[in-house]
Amino acid sequence: MVISLALMAIFADYIAPHDPEVNNFPAMLQPPSLEYWLGTDQFGRDLLSRVIYGARTALFIGFVAAGVGATTGLVIGVASAYFGGKVDLIIQRVIDVFIAFPTIIIALSVVSVFGSELHHVIFAICLPFIPDAARIVRSNALAIREIPYVDAARALGFGHMRIILRHMAPNVLAPYLIILTANIGQAILLEASLSYLGLGVQEPTAAWGLMLQGGAEEYAESAPWVAVFPGLAITLTVFGFNLFGDGVRDALDPRLRTE
Amino acid sequence: MYKYTIKRVLLMFPTLVGAAILVFGLLRLIPGDVCELRMAGEGSFVDPAAIAACQADLGMDQHILVQFWDFIFGFFTFNLGTSMWTSQPITHEIGLRFELSMQVAIIATVFSVIISIPMGTISAIKQNTWIDYVVRTFSIAGIAMPSFWLGILIILGLLITTQAWFGTPWMPPIEYVDPWEDPLGNLSQLIWPALATGYRYSAVATRMTRSALLEVLREDYVRTARAKGLLEKIIINRHALKNAMLPVVTVIGIEFAFLMGGLVVTEQVFNLNGLGKLFVESVTNHDFTLTQALVMLVAFIFVVTNLVVDIFYAWLDPRIRYS
Repeated sequence: MVISLALMAIFADYIAPHDPEVNNFPAMLQPPSLEYWLGTDQFGRDLLSRVIYGARTALFIGFVAAGVGATTGLVIGVASAYFGGKVDLIIQRVIDVFIAFPTIIIALSVVSVFGSELHHVIFAICLPFIPDAARIVRSNALAIREIPYVDAARALGFGHMRIILRHMAPNVLAPYLIILTANIGQAILLEASLSYLGLGVQEPTAAWGLMLQGGAEEYAESAPWVAVFPGLAITLTVFGFNLFGDGVRDALDPRLRTE
Repeated sequence: MYKYTIKRVLLMFPTLVGAAILVFGLLRLIPGDVCELRMAGEGSFVDPAAIAACQADLGMDQHILVQFWDFIFGFFTFNLGTSMWTSQPITHEIGLRFELSMQVAIIATVFSVIISIPMGTISAIKQNTWIDYVVRTFSIAGIAMPSFWLGILIILGLLITTQAWFGTPWMPPIEYVDPWEDPLGNLSQLIWPALATGYRYSAVATRMTRSALLEVLREDYVRTARAKGLLEKIIINRHALKNAMLPVVTVIGIEFAFLMGGLVVTEQVFNLNGLGKLFVESVTNHDFTLTQALVMLVAFIFVVTNLVVDIFYAWLDPRIRYS
């Protein structure tokens, strides 16, 4: 399912039957038909095309935000474990502070400070993932720090950055990948929530959360398809990525396997 | 136990102060302020002197450290000041909405506890049967589904079913109904948003119950209990479930704290005038004092919930107390 979604996002230009951003007022709020498989929205835009292009937005933001979040967390976590002592203590307290806020509150604050451009939205979404990732990576890196090869690298005169990135980080790749894949779904959900509040991706870009905001409630009764399909797309995508994440976890970390 | 509790309470303060610094700093980065927004509106020209007077009135011309001190001092003395936008005392603004958000949070929690613990238990006992698969699909779907979409679907479902059954579409009341005056009306209003948020919440708790119970069921003492010939019911209820509850309590605690923030989106769907909506409004109005107060309130609830969970943990499990 994840693969077919990715294909859908990449080849959106070829499969989408209509232009997702062009208004077509004569064809407003049409029910699903042969011409418009999923119906049209209040601007006469084809919902199927918008759902397909929405996959592109969602996957792009999901991958980039989860990737940046997990990678930053990886570096911070390993550094925190490597230096130990005061640095570790300070980093952990800062992480405590960030963890004390619900993800949506952090994301909303960032977007309201910096505005809703795409890179700000991505930044807002990846920020809440950093402390979690840093904390998990740190606990794994602490064990690695005790292995003599880190001391050996120090003795050889390697710099801190080199030891952290070249010697320690590769050994915590398993938890890193687990966090990364688990976060993609969450990132997509968060993006949808932000867009739904009107503070994420902006019109006329096709984004699932945005499609739900644009009149989905007003037309709920007369045109339920406007509200149903984008939400279904979000749910199925996140569902797929969660299963994918569980699979990655089972493959990489036998201890966590429940069966 | 005393020593542990005191240590945990003291650990709260650095987190809260850190949160205060973070939110205070972040808000000062926003270009534009409430005065410009209120007077200039959409691009019309305003006398700079009027804006300066307004800023002085709100204390925004003072040195940034003075402002910060006022904010911290106010927070610890429960004097949160007045909203920069409406000029109402913040405690009044929050008080209006707190009750509503708290009720939704409580209904959602009760709902999810009632659902998740039995479902998680059954799923663990009947591991790898069709019951287990149904429960697991249900819970993975709950984590994947955005709560605001579920909210829209609930409204849609209500409209359609009431239309079909009674002939007229019915919607939950929009004006807030006081639970002491009209408990039924209140419930009919708040149960829907609570369901929408509670589903996700129960999904998380169900998964946790299931995996915790599966782990405990493999322990030696459960085998001993079985060998003694105890009834399966007693083994599960008395021996296994009690020990499996620890991680579940944590999850429920943390989710409860997050519910206050998670309501931001759901309140928008159901048009409820709660804390989440107030937060979005205060952010868009550049109402610094109100945003600060709300963020600190959320952080405070989270820290206190964590504290309660930790103390509860220590009470349940003596090993934590003495380590």
